[in-house]
Amino acid sequence: MPINHPNLHLTQLAGAIPAWSGNIKPDDLQPICRNVHDGGGRLVALWGSDDREQGNGYSLHIALVNEAGLICLSVPLPAGQPGYPDVSSIFPVANRMQRATYDLLGIYAHEGQDHRKWLRHGAWHGGSFPLRKDFDAAQSLTDDADNYPFVQVEGQGVHEIAVGPVHAGTIEPGHFRFSVVGEKMLRLEERFGYTHKGIEKRFESMSLQQGAKLAGRVSGDSTVAYAWAYAMAAESIAAVTPPERALWLRALFLERERIANHLGDLGYLGNDVALSFGFTQFWILKEQVLRNNGALFGHRYLMDSIIPGGVAADLTEPGKRTLFEECSLLEREVRVLRGIYEEHAGLQDRFIGAGRIEPRLAAQLGLCGLAGRASSQAWDTRVQFPCAPYDQLDVQMATYRNGDVAARVIVRFDELFESLRLQREILGRLMPGGELSLPLEKLPALGFGAGMVEGWRGEVLVAIHTDTDGNLARVHPHDPSWQNWPALEHAILGNIVPDFPLINKSFNLSYSGQDL
Amino acid sequence: MYQLIKQIIKTGIKTDAAPLPDEALRVTTQRLHEEILHVFGSALNIRHVDAGSCNGCELEIHSLSNAYYNIEGLGIKFVASPRHADMLLVTGPVSRHMVTALRRTFDATPEPKLVVAIGECACNGGIFCSNDGSPDGGGESYASCGRVANVIPVDVVVGGCPPTPTAILQGILTAVSAQKQ
Ligand code: SF4
Repeated sequence: MPINHPNLHLTQLAGAIPAWSGNIKPDDLQPICRNVHDGGGRLVALWGSDDREQGNGYSLHIALVNEAGLICLSVPLPAGQPGYPDVSSIFPVANRMQRATYDLLGIYAHEGQDHRKWLRHGAWHGGSFPLRKDFDAAQSLTDDADNYPFVQVEGQGVHEIAVGPVHAGTIEPGHFRFSVVGEKMLRLEERFGYTHKGIEKRFESMSLQQGAKLAGRVSGDSTVAYAWAYAMAAESIAAVTPPERALWLRALFLERERIANHLGDLGYLGNDVALSFGFTQFWILKEQVLRNNGALFGHRYLMDSIIPGGVAADLTEPGKRTLFEECSLLEREVRVLRGIYEEHAGLQDRFIGAGRIEPRLAAQLGLCGLAGRASSQAWDTRVQFPCAPYDQLDVQMATYRNGDVAARVIVRFDELFESLRLQREILGRLMPGGELSLPLEKLPALGFGAGMVEGWRGEVLVAIHTDTDGNLARVHPHDPSWQNWPALEHAILGNIVPDFPLINKSFNLSYSGQDL
Repeated sequence: MYQLIKQIIKTGIKTDAAPLPDEALRVTTQRLHEEILHVFGSALNIRHVDAGSCNGCELEIHSLSNAYYNIEGLGIKFVASPRHADMLLVTGPVSRHMVTALRRTFDATPEPKLVVAIGECACNGGIFCSNDGSPDGGGESYASCGRVANVIPVDVVVGGCPPTPTAILQGILTAVSAQKQ
């Protein structure tokens, strides 16, 4: 058993990764969370569901991870008073997730420290909850402006800089409130929710297949990771395993997504310290990857290439040769560019020491994914819980201790080379022929499944609950940005305002993925 | 430094030819005089606004700046403030939480101005809204106002999820070209 607790009875879920689920009482929530926390485990996601149609109240769901695997716990709550014990005192990262769950569903944490709204601005009233089943998704409630109580910093010479939601560059909308003295940042407070477009509610009126497309658009830059996690969750409920060829192709797509994004980020990080050469060079390489995707798989970002039951795009033998050539080109060019970055004094001067998260703080905050690995948090789903075909690939994890912009750059370089190695390996093992998918029309009734995939940014989780007819009752997509956005507020402390864009870019987190 | 210069020389020029305007993308009659279009055509400032997209469309807008599409080579520049802009490039279904920001950005952009809606979501609300099959639905929900035209006037729309950089460029060039009869 992944956790030992007298009141905990877990059932192992079918599927690609080691995962368990079980129901617990509200009183057992904190002791079990503490148990996982003290054993070095983390909170991955927290969400809720409205189960009143099944004659119950509401449920709180949490996904925890420790060295054994993923543990999904459900806490049934009474319809009249759907409160549960606060989890954020054990896992600080739960804070925003608890607040968002209240905004969307009206279930709340007792004794929580922070009761401010999170995803709700003015689009719906405080007393109405979009994810309740009796909420009409088509209605339009209000267009009120947001009124959010930011924490104010006082003192001589302190002033505020308010940035966003519309930013200066081509990026997603969000608001940053800086408190500064001169150029030095004393505090950053983030305010998100601007791109909330009702994704979770939308899932509830979709078929399994439509849902796959929507999952692929939670965060467009991670479309492969989301589509795979969604498919993995569905396949877990149906207890089916896609054909082998489909699994190899999925891994190929996921690594290509990582390659494209890392190339893009490395280019922008050069650009942000005024080395536009870096942008030009890396984006030529990225464009070549995207063009190969378009020519070989029909979509530059591989959207809709993964479907429940398998994949919807194949690779021909000539296509394979194209990708082998691409690998050689990228390996050669990136090696040259890495040398140039490493020897460029001006660039290193800006990278080193900027936006540092110490390993201890990273552990406390539950930092994950690429940014976590740059701060010694050695978690990579492909390594710890290798689903097929990663179980045959022996992925090498890249970790560094420094936790600064420079470390996040190095992790990107290392992962880029590792993904290229994996791509070669996958291409070499992908034998011609074989089915691309198995039919998966409908899911069993009252099922639950979860999928977790290491996207380029970090672990992407998708949880699916089905209703009495096997339709999607509740789908929760979780982005690693939930974990890492709060860390950015710490990373900037003591840095100067002009370094913020660089530090922010070195994390490159998703707005859409957390706004839902 | 030697490596850097060597790499630049070795890379050479990658830029593809720019696409031609396409009348089919135009949704409102060209409002601007030819003289203004002439000026816009050789020096256009664009402010991008993400009004709720999934970030997919942004990836392709970024691509416009790479060496293959070389948008700056055409005299087109992305600027940091709407006050410096001639054109707004708007992506995403307009989330209700972005309505005020989008309207204010539009108001802050001086006349004469153009608006180009980028991507399926910006054209009709996309996958985030149930249109119930009606072409005029516009794709609204509790969280989304649907297409961009529901909030601010739009001159040109570019479909696709996300549209390719070439398609986006074509949309931009259509907006600044004189209307063909
Ligand atoms: S059109 Fe497609 S890529 Fe663009 S925002 Fe909408 S879903 Fe994302």
